[in-house]
Amino acid sequence: MSDHNYVPSSKLGKWFNDRLPLLSLSAHLSEYPTPKNLNYWWTFGGILTFCLVAQIITGIVLAMHYVAHVDLAFASVEHIMRDVNYGWLLRYFHANGASMFFLAVYIHIFRSLYYGSYKSPREVIWIIGMIIYFLMMMTAFMGYVLPWGQMSFWAATVITNLFSAVPFVGESITNWLWGGFAVDNPTLTRFYALHYLLPFLIFGLVILHIWALHVPGNNNPIGIELKKPSKDTVPFHPYIVIKDLFALLLFLIVFAFFVFYAPNILGHADNYIEANPMVTPNHIVPEWYLLPFYAILRSVPDKLFGVIAMFASIFVLVILPWLDTSKVKSAIFRPIYKQFYWILVIDVLILGYMGAMPAEGTYLLIARVATTYYFLHFLIILPILGKKEKTLPIPLSITDPVMGVSPNPDMVKKKEIYN
Amino acid sequence: MRNFIKLFSFLFLIIILFSQNAFTEEKKKLLDPGWSFKGYFGKFDRASLQRGYQVYTEVCASCHSMKYLSYRNLTEEGGPEFSKEQAKAIAANFEVIDGPNDDGEMFTRPAKLSDKFVNPYQNDKEAMASNGGAYPPDFSVLVKARSGGADYIYSLLLGYEDPPSNVILDDGVYYNKYMYGNMIRMPNPLSDGLIEYNDGTEATEEQMAKDLVTFLSWAAEPHLEARHKIGFKAIVYLIILTILAYFSMKRLWSRVESKV
Repeated sequence: MSDHNYVPSSKLGKWFNDRLPLLSLSAHLSEYPTPKNLNYWWTFGGILTFCLVAQIITGIVLAMHYVAHVDLAFASVEHIMRDVNYGWLLRYFHANGASMFFLAVYIHIFRSLYYGSYKSPREVIWIIGMIIYFLMMMTAFMGYVLPWGQMSFWAATVITNLFSAVPFVGESITNWLWGGFAVDNPTLTRFYALHYLLPFLIFGLVILHIWALHVPGNNNPIGIELKKPSKDTVPFHPYIVIKDLFALLLFLIVFAFFVFYAPNILGHADNYIEANPMVTPNHIVPEWYLLPFYAILRSVPDKLFGVIAMFASIFVLVILPWLDTSKVKSAIFRPIYKQFYWILVIDVLILGYMGAMPAEGTYLLIARVATTYYFLHFLIILPILGKKEKTLPIPLSITDPVMGVSPNPDMVKKKEIYN
Repeated sequence: MRNFIKLFSFLFLIIILFSQNAFTEEKKKLLDPGWSFKGYFGKFDRASLQRGYQVYTEVCASCHSMKYLSYRNLTEEGGPEFSKEQAKAIAANFEVIDGPNDDGEMFTRPAKLSDKFVNPYQNDKEAMASNGGAYPPDFSVLVKARSGGADYIYSLLLGYEDPPSNVILDDGVYYNKYMYGNMIRMPNPLSDGLIEYNDGTEATEEQMAKDLVTFLSWAAEPHLEARHKIGFKAIVYLIILTILAYFSMKRLWSRVESKV
């Protein structure tokens, strides 16, 4: 952030800025040189920031009306839906907001995978992002427990029981998590406390995520490092601000459709039945955004190794910058990686679908193949591909697409570079 | 840009298809009488809601509670919209235990608008004991608590049949082709002419089922009409704003040669 010398025009501004350089910071943020060829997949960072803030605001208001007690939680949610002014809007916004948040985060992550945004010098941004993603999953899971419906209760039971797979101390750990010998009031109250706390941790990490981004600057669709500012960049304000705003508004139209016209379509009907420890639902399913991990968990026959596989599936993402050995970032210049990328996308979609199906017969078999492929992609294909693949020549700049190695007139015309 | 919108709508479609596929496991075709409250401008049919309340109170309320509703809800906008006097009269038919009074005694009094719907049983155990061990579910959010929603409950009410010859039923268990596992503890509650509608509508089984389910759908989602109305305004507003943002963006970006 030392790459410009901002001097406030007013005396007061200068006095303040010398003591706390907030004005310098805002000048940096608005001048921040951004590659001008960023496509719309790059707008999801802004959308995610919006989602986080919206979840925090609606969540705080909901917390004013919610009661974290096993006998009252379900009724208090109904109170919000019926008697609180616009309580239904707040709750549907918050519940669907979680789904929209995950939709956006998955697009954001897969954009990084496609354009190699996790590679040097952006590994730290990527790792912070993965920590945020992990905290998001924890927050969403604990939020799902709060309405204390059947799925809330049984999801909490299933997930906390995973820790009982830990050798020797498993049972002690689960009892410690529950605050007792089963999922009960102490579990609900601590989940509530953590569900309130974690978003603020996420918020702090988002600031670090953006800070870490502003050191090397944005990656871009052709994946070259830019000298900044240059004719390849535009200042963040107003160019990127207006573009992010436009994309956010498009996103909000989809969001509003869910909130107003299909508010329960992404949830499970059983969660409108109050939790009953005596009755187990026919199928216990997590929310859609956790289904791929649920499929991985269930596709391993042994409980302990299933849990390990599930956590490993996230951990391979954390170490991805060192698994992908290719120096070329963008999939545009990696013809073979591009194909594997789309296979991975399909693989994850299949895993998600299998997570919603009962773990038996053909479903289980497909889930196992998909799980194996998932790890194969990251642990075998990527390291080898980076060494073997013949990549296409990379342009030297965005504005003058002169090829680095051998000029290739076809590539210059390729629309993909510009949009 | 066009690619972006294409992919976006593609993802959107996938999610909708996915969520429907994932959660409606039984593919038995449910009956759908054509609900007035479905769709973007869906509203409840007031007369049907009022008749539905009559079915509930005369047929179902002896076993099924509706503990999250209050009598005042019957007068509220977007609901059956009984007049205040009608709702007061309805409430006065029920007795609630109140107190303690200044002497420390509990006493019963007629229900008021602010009271919750009176439960038919004192507690869940009594409800189960009176119904052969099966708990008659609370009706407040029932429509949202069953996959298939209004269609499912409507189908269930009309789905009573003689069991196929290979199915042997215990005493107090009935065959219903829409019930999960096809066995239900509730005897067929409706029959033609079971009640006499206040507004003179003929009380056929289908009519009663439809009115009752309309009433239950309102009970589960009392602000549905407001939601549809606000949703339409919000989306129109967002679309206009999006168009404005699009043209401002075009204008701004015309200064740099790159396309947006």
